[in-house]
Amino acid sequence: MTVIPDVHPDWEMVIGLEVHTELRTETKLFCGCPNRFGEEPNTNICPVCLGLPGSLPVINRTAVDYAIRIGTALHCTVQSSLFHRKNYFYPDMPKDYQISQYDVPINTDGYLELPGGKRAGVERAHMEEDTGKTTHVGGGGRIHEADHSLVDYNRAGVPLVEIVGRPDLRSSEEARAYVDELRAVLVAVGASDGKMEEGSLRVDANVSVRPVGTTAFGTRCEIKNMNSLRSLGRAIDYEAARQIELLTSGGRVAQQTRHWNESDGRTTAMRSKEEANDYRYFPEPDLVPLAPWPAWISAVAASLPAMPADRRLAVAAASRMRPGSDAVITVVRLDLDRFVTAVVSAGGDGELAVKRLANEVASDIDSVGNLDEGAFVRLVAMEGKGELTTAQARTVLKDLLAEGGDPAAIASKHGFEALGADALDSLVDEVIAANGLEWARFVAGEDKLQGLLIGKIKAASGGKADLKVASALLRARRA
Amino acid sequence: VNVDRDTATSIAADVRAGTRRASDVLEEHLARIAAGDGDIHAFLTLTTEAARRQAASIDAAVAAGVDPGPLAGVPVALKDNLCTRGVPTTCSSRILEGWKPPYDATVVTRLAAAGAIAVGKTNLDEFAMGSSTENSAFGPTRNPYDHDRVPGGSSGGSAAAVSAGFAALGLGSDTGGSIRQPAALCGVVGAKPTYGVVSRYGLIAFASSLDQIGPFARNVADAALLLDVISGHDPADSTSLVASPPSATSAIGRGVEGLRVGVVSELVDAEGLSPEVVAATRDAADALAAGGAKVDEVAVPAAVYGLTAYYLIAPAEASSNLARYDGVRYGLRRPGADITEMYTETRSAGFGAEVKRRIMLGTYALSAGYYDAYYGRAQRVRTLIIRDFDAAYRSFDVLLAPTAPGEAFALGAKTADPLTMYLNDVCTIPSNLAGHPAVSVPFGTGPAGLPLGVQVLAPALGETVMFQVAAALEAAAPAPAPAPWRHSPAPSPAHEDRR
Repeated sequence: MTVIPDVHPDWEMVIGLEVHTELRTETKLFCGCPNRFGEEPNTNICPVCLGLPGSLPVINRTAVDYAIRIGTALHCTVQSSLFHRKNYFYPDMPKDYQISQYDVPINTDGYLELPGGKRAGVERAHMEEDTGKTTHVGGGGRIHEADHSLVDYNRAGVPLVEIVGRPDLRSSEEARAYVDELRAVLVAVGASDGKMEEGSLRVDANVSVRPVGTTAFGTRCEIKNMNSLRSLGRAIDYEAARQIELLTSGGRVAQQTRHWNESDGRTTAMRSKEEANDYRYFPEPDLVPLAPWPAWISAVAASLPAMPADRRLAVAAASRMRPGSDAVITVVRLDLDRFVTAVVSAGGDGELAVKRLANEVASDIDSVGNLDEGAFVRLVAMEGKGELTTAQARTVLKDLLAEGGDPAAIASKHGFEALGADALDSLVDEVIAANGLEWARFVAGEDKLQGLLIGKIKAASGGKADLKVASALLRARRA
Repeated sequence: VNVDRDTATSIAADVRAGTRRASDVLEEHLARIAAGDGDIHAFLTLTTEAARRQAASIDAAVAAGVDPGPLAGVPVALKDNLCTRGVPTTCSSRILEGWKPPYDATVVTRLAAAGAIAVGKTNLDEFAMGSSTENSAFGPTRNPYDHDRVPGGSSGGSAAAVSAGFAALGLGSDTGGSIRQPAALCGVVGAKPTYGVVSRYGLIAFASSLDQIGPFARNVADAALLLDVISGHDPADSTSLVASPPSATSAIGRGVEGLRVGVVSELVDAEGLSPEVVAATRDAADALAAGGAKVDEVAVPAAVYGLTAYYLIAPAEASSNLARYDGVRYGLRRPGADITEMYTETRSAGFGAEVKRRIMLGTYALSAGYYDAYYGRAQRVRTLIIRDFDAAYRSFDVLLAPTAPGEAFALGAKTADPLTMYLNDVCTIPSNLAGHPAVSVPFGTGPAGLPLGVQVLAPALGETVMFQVAAALEAAAPAPAPAPWRHSPAPSPAHEDRR
């Protein structure tokens, strides 16, 4: 939960996220080795991704394609760009430099629209190569105390796009919403599988705090090693609280890179600004400028599917709900909007469709494969016409999710013959007659008695009355 | 007149015609190596058995009526910074001790496909950093003309091998003059092609934006023949030009009638040039004028900044290119208590003094706060040099300049002062910075009677006219010093009889 309003109402968090995503290419960024996860160590390697003397990189066109897709989806300017070398020594980096992009990245200056409508700035989304993976044996898994280390270069040279967000986020909830939304965008453009737990999506958070009402940024710390949305939120909240505590007790925040420890729920210092590497960036002489031509960029833009934000707008329009409502967000996140479209184009009730999808279907999403679009359309129509009560419609939907089938058949199997209009009409009269005192008070303006009367109607009908229709009948008789 | 029956052109013609066996050609060269390389030390590794198998297969191809290619049976020496599958490739450095590349450089593959026979890997200044081949972890190479003198560098092994008749052709790499300067000092032809004409895939990088592989030969036609075999687009090298490479051989023999030749003022007036090499350059210009060329002086003002810019750009790139020699994956590893100590011990033991000097220079030049003042400015000088060359080429087809400051110097003469050594490249560096082609042709002799070289410079992709002029220079050159390999034992008659 938000630390600041609850515990430190006078302080504001400032968060900017750096998200690395592995691209789902067949082969690596600069060679033809397979880009695959989880194989025998050091099997998907060649002279290029192993950085052997004399080898040279050649860029993978599909990776560029994905980078352009990401940039376009994030409303960036896609431009002619350069690769640079980022120089530092680390055993899992075969050349002891990383080919990355520096001052002229392929995508600049875009934004990500969060479900609530806020636009979080994206400074850049650039291409770079991944490193290998080191396992330190002994010494508690830290490099400097290890007995020895094992390096697997299968991941070395896997294409990455790093999306550098502006410091526009103000709470851990916003940070989580940003990553969740970004993940949906990356999956939508086909660039990523979005799996944070497997490391194909990696998030670093730059966190600082400042007194509410001020505009200058505080000193930031960069937090690493969060491998789920939950740990991202926890790490940010912990770090903000730590910084506020420091500042309110007269201390200063040191600019640091800090490591999130999931088990004890704390961040600890990895290295300070003074210890930071001088990466000695310079233009990669083994590659030529990457200059996608306008027709390439526009072809990519034209081929993009609708982004989650656009889909939420469409669902909202079809259901007359807010694009930022939880139900709409859920329907889009779970890819259920095609059901809404089917209901609405059959003349059905979009809002009812969204509610069923966001509740019953969302809570049993693994079974959605059993749910036929036509069956769902018929179910919503039955409920909309009062042929099924809400409770009955829910039961039928659960059965549809469990084993498919026809909603009318399932309803009759359950004996859900909704009370016909005439029968309901006379039932309402009977209930009014039997509860004269309550009816009089309702007529006199005590609206809260409607619930009691409806409850009597529901009981008298054995649950078969459409309560919405019954309510309408009650109000009609009062008028 | 000496008739060199072991030029690449005549060997290939004879082998393709079936009048000479590749195996015989190879054995004659191996015999010369056996007799002479103990003193000269051009080779670090001989690939004798593989060469014999290759020669036998070429002979079998000819016998079967199959053409083995334009370099059929021609023995070639490879600088030991070119990767050769399964054959040690050392860059003359301890740091690569024991490393055998799992792949062939593109040029090595192209040579084999053209029927050439690689006889071995030649000595160089460590990682191609030097101008005398004295910076080799495995000892210096000696100049075939005078064993007390250097062959030049860094491709001194290949230059000496071709000069000494150990191979008809050689491959070197030229980052700041490393083909042309040793060619001049060893009395052979050496060319640096336009950047991007020859694939760098498999060339162990020194300074990636300057490195270019090129040919050594005992005459201009052979050098052009070799260049035509190795040039052309390679999808494995992103900096390889997609355009069809210019033909190096097509205009040889056409003379220079009507061509415009400019003598680069700044390079004949450069610091430290011997009067003999300046005179040789002027004589060369006169010879071309006599052949009908229009000759004049031309200014390339920014060329004087070339050396300074080069010694920022090349070390900067080298500091990054040589980072990978860290003991983790291949080559030398010295133990250390932790990873940092292992790196330090390995690199301290594995690299020689000149390599360390340049890594430090380059690291400094790229450091935060210094980048703009050093690397950034050096790159701007590069732009100025290209601009000045472009201006010169609006009035001239080719340019002339000395290659090296003088004839070969004594072993040890310049090792004490790196700056004196660096001055060897003052006339060759501008072409690397511009990415333009240049070829050194033997022309004249120095005070000790040793060969001098004159360069023909051309605009990017100007190899055709460059070799046209080089061939004219060669034809006009004063009677050449005797080729050293003629002093080696002649092939025995038994070989002749067996054919």
